[in-house]
Amino acid sequence: MNVNLEIIGIIVLWTFLFGYIIVASIDFGAGFFNAYGIFTKKQHILTKIIQRYLSPVWEVTNVFLVFFFVGIVGFFPSTAFYYGTTLLVPVSIAVILLGIRGSYYAFETYGARSHKGYAFMYGLSGLLLPAALSIVLTISEGGFISIVNGNPVLDYWTLFTSPLTWSIVVLSLSAVLYISAVFLTWYANKANDTLATELLRRYSLIWALPTIITAGGIIYELAFHNVEHYEQILSLWWMFLISALLFIGTVWLLWRRKNYGVAFSLLIGQFAFAFYGFGISHYPYLLYPHLTIYDSFTNEAMAISLIIAFIAGLALLIPSLYLLLKLFLFNKDYVRGISEHEH
Amino acid sequence: MINEEAVYYSRILTETTLSFHIIYATLGVGIPLMIMIAHWVGIKKNDEHYILLARRWTRGFIISVAVGVVTGTAIGLQLSLLWPKFMELAGNVIALPLFMETFAFFFEAIFLGIYLYTWDRFENQRKHLLLLIPVAIGASFSAVFITIVNAFMNAPQGFDLINGELVNVNPIKAMFNPAMPTKVSHVVGTAFMTSAFVLASIAAFRLLRGSNHIYHKKALLLTMKVGLIFSLTSLIVGDLSGKYLAEYQPEKLAAAEWHFETSESAELILLGFMNEEEEIKYALKIPYALSILAHGSPTAEVIGLDQFAEEDRPPLYIHYLFNIMVAIGMLMIGVSLLYIISRARGWSFVELKPYRWLIVCGGPLAIIAIEAGWWLAEVGRQPWILRGIMRTAEGATTSNDVDIMLLLFCGLYLVLGIGSVVVLSRMFRRNPVERELKERKGDVHT
Ligand code: HDD
Ligand code: HEM
Ligand code: HEM
Repeated sequence: MNVNLEIIGIIVLWTFLFGYIIVASIDFGAGFFNAYGIFTKKQHILTKIIQRYLSPVWEVTNVFLVFFFVGIVGFFPSTAFYYGTTLLVPVSIAVILLGIRGSYYAFETYGARSHKGYAFMYGLSGLLLPAALSIVLTISEGGFISIVNGNPVLDYWTLFTSPLTWSIVVLSLSAVLYISAVFLTWYANKANDTLATELLRRYSLIWALPTIITAGGIIYELAFHNVEHYEQILSLWWMFLISALLFIGTVWLLWRRKNYGVAFSLLIGQFAFAFYGFGISHYPYLLYPHLTIYDSFTNEAMAISLIIAFIAGLALLIPSLYLLLKLFLFNKDYVRGISEHEH
Repeated sequence: MINEEAVYYSRILTETTLSFHIIYATLGVGIPLMIMIAHWVGIKKNDEHYILLARRWTRGFIISVAVGVVTGTAIGLQLSLLWPKFMELAGNVIALPLFMETFAFFFEAIFLGIYLYTWDRFENQRKHLLLLIPVAIGASFSAVFITIVNAFMNAPQGFDLINGELVNVNPIKAMFNPAMPTKVSHVVGTAFMTSAFVLASIAAFRLLRGSNHIYHKKALLLTMKVGLIFSLTSLIVGDLSGKYLAEYQPEKLAAAEWHFETSESAELILLGFMNEEEEIKYALKIPYALSILAHGSPTAEVIGLDQFAEEDRPPLYIHYLFNIMVAIGMLMIGVSLLYIISRARGWSFVELKPYRWLIVCGGPLAIIAIEAGWWLAEVGRQPWILRGIMRTAEGATTSNDVDIMLLLFCGLYLVLGIGSVVVLSRMFRRNPVERELKERKGDVHT
């Protein structure tokens, strides 16, 4: 695999998708814990943390997604044809759920008193979204799309009766809750909020096990569904091994109530190795067996100008993102709610 | 293979989403500039009222941004979901500005987050004002980039099509297409104009509803001034847009002006109705005016619809849209000019109820003008999605589920629309200016 424009393009996109998955998981999971808290009367513990951290950054989270789907159509225009035609229903549903979340932040936190039903919808959307979005990954494994009269058609029946679909859905759910709980444990601990830390630490430990079990299960199921992909995964065994070791590290630190910050970085490492390992083993297909990164790639002139725009854009964004994190995430006073502020 | 039903519903869904998004997007582009102006005037004059104006506008702005982001994400995905073949083709040539737009959003979102949560963190207000500059730049540039994409749909260039293959793609040339200069400046200018008149209409409404506070009067004068400036630029750039059309999209201009026969010294048809037999009734005909609008000379030749095959002509109802837009533009120039002159001269009729109500109507009218303008531009491009290259029906999806998605999205927009209005009005009613001014004064003394 030598490095060419196609590979640079897919690495950029995969990286943004990874970024989105991490930040969005934190966001989705927090919404769920918040709603759960309201209905089990533990709301006061969580709501404050969620509002302090999530409200200032939800738009930034959303841009990660926008960046990914605009970028993929830019670098690989044929994906618009294949995925655009087939994903109308799941992606439209995801957009509507995103709409509910976005308006919750706006209407509830800036606006007026909170409404239980809305908080419930907000929490529920946090669970439904990963399910709806993860369908895209399932479909990319092939076997669900056939070409009829020159147009791709999605076979819903096969999709919804496949065990692969459901294990990916379960993995996405438990991973979302796990990532989110670990991050919030760390955040609550930084905020010196002992009660919230303990509660979230418990949630983290609860969701750790289903996450690792379904992740293993999916690799096993791929052996039946997509042999080619399965074998490539096996040849990258070391990446998945490192991922598993990092997982154990996170759980151990949480168990011993030590270094939540390190625990969270180990978790990022765990997901990065698994995610990139999955991506590399998927190479060169964007959609088995119809579409590879080579036959869907844009022309050279566009590719080069996109990459230049990307580098220029990063030069602008990285300092600004640093400023944002410095002010909100790493600012002790803000995290603890000391500073004067208003919205 | 074309699925007629899918084409039909895809069009309706695209129209619905864009018509809804454009309201919030326009305010999202214009209001940061207004906040900046108020904040700056406040610092310069050391006047607490203008600072508070900036603060209160910012709070309302967040709601419109949030709905803009949500609906914008919807339209961004819908372009691929509903027009996959169009996006496949367009992605090869015009993906660059779309991609750059996401950076503009990113930039804006980051600094908006910072600006919002740091009102009282800076000793020096000027530093806080500085944070607003990237917000305004990001918002304006997102409009610039997205409008470039739309300009490309009207005047595609920067590539060659040989046997259905795209070759010689030049992304920069595609961006700087002939439609781009007028389109971009008209869209950005009218966004500033609309935001100014919407804010003016709120101030006028508060003045009508009992509060006679000087705060609202200052707000009204400021917004009317900004509104006047940008409605004049809209008029000038709108005229240039007409000249662009005459040169590059004569069928759109001809349909908008009901100009059937190619002729010299063409007359301009204002208002009027067309009956079933395509006869024009009750219209005002101004000699030479169309030649002037199209080419800047009273005797120039203007191409009529006779030059185009039946199936390449846009629908004729865009004439009404064009008239609505222009009429509102003229009216708002008149309203704001008269207001400013009267305030300078001390004429008092502009402080009376009927005139205030006229200003209140200005905000909604400006939004209607935006909608009419976009419908004119988009429907006037039909039957093409990429003018001269791809027909709208060819670009559409073949999926059978578009009708259900249309219903779901209508539900979402209903919730967002009602929600944003309720939240905004509650936010300001609960926290009237008088009270907030008092509290802030208290702040200063302690
Ligand atoms: C407040 C809104 C507003 C107002 C008062 C005006 N316009 Fe406008 N107009 C727009 C808002 C707008 C718009 C929404 O921004 C459009 C839609 C697409 C575009 O490029 O700009 C537009 C399009 C548009 C077009 C079509 C351009 C194209 O399809 O390429 C023309 C010819 C004009 N305008 C001309 C005018 C004239 C002569 C005006 C005289 C006062 C005017 N507009 C006022
Ligand atoms: C970059 C900007 C834009 C792009 C890429 C774009 C794309 C499209 C597409 C793909 C269609 C489908 C053709 C059809 O339905 O007939 C369309 C039509 C339409 N768009 Fe745009 N659009 C843009 C800007 C806007 C905006 C801002 C509005 C504002 C409200 C708008 C309003 C419409 C309307 C009303 C139609 C329907 C025309 C008809 O059906 O006759 N568009 N546009
Ligand atoms: C087909 C046309 C359009 C597409 C695909 C589109 C896409 C988007 C997207 C994806 C977002 C959300 C960005 C985020 O997540 O932060 C958005 C928001 C926005 N769009 Fe649109 N848009 C279109 C038309 C327009 C037009 C014509 C304008 C301006 C005149 C505009 C201005 C904005 C603004 C100001 C926002 C608010 C986001 C913010 O303020 O941060 N959009 N749009």
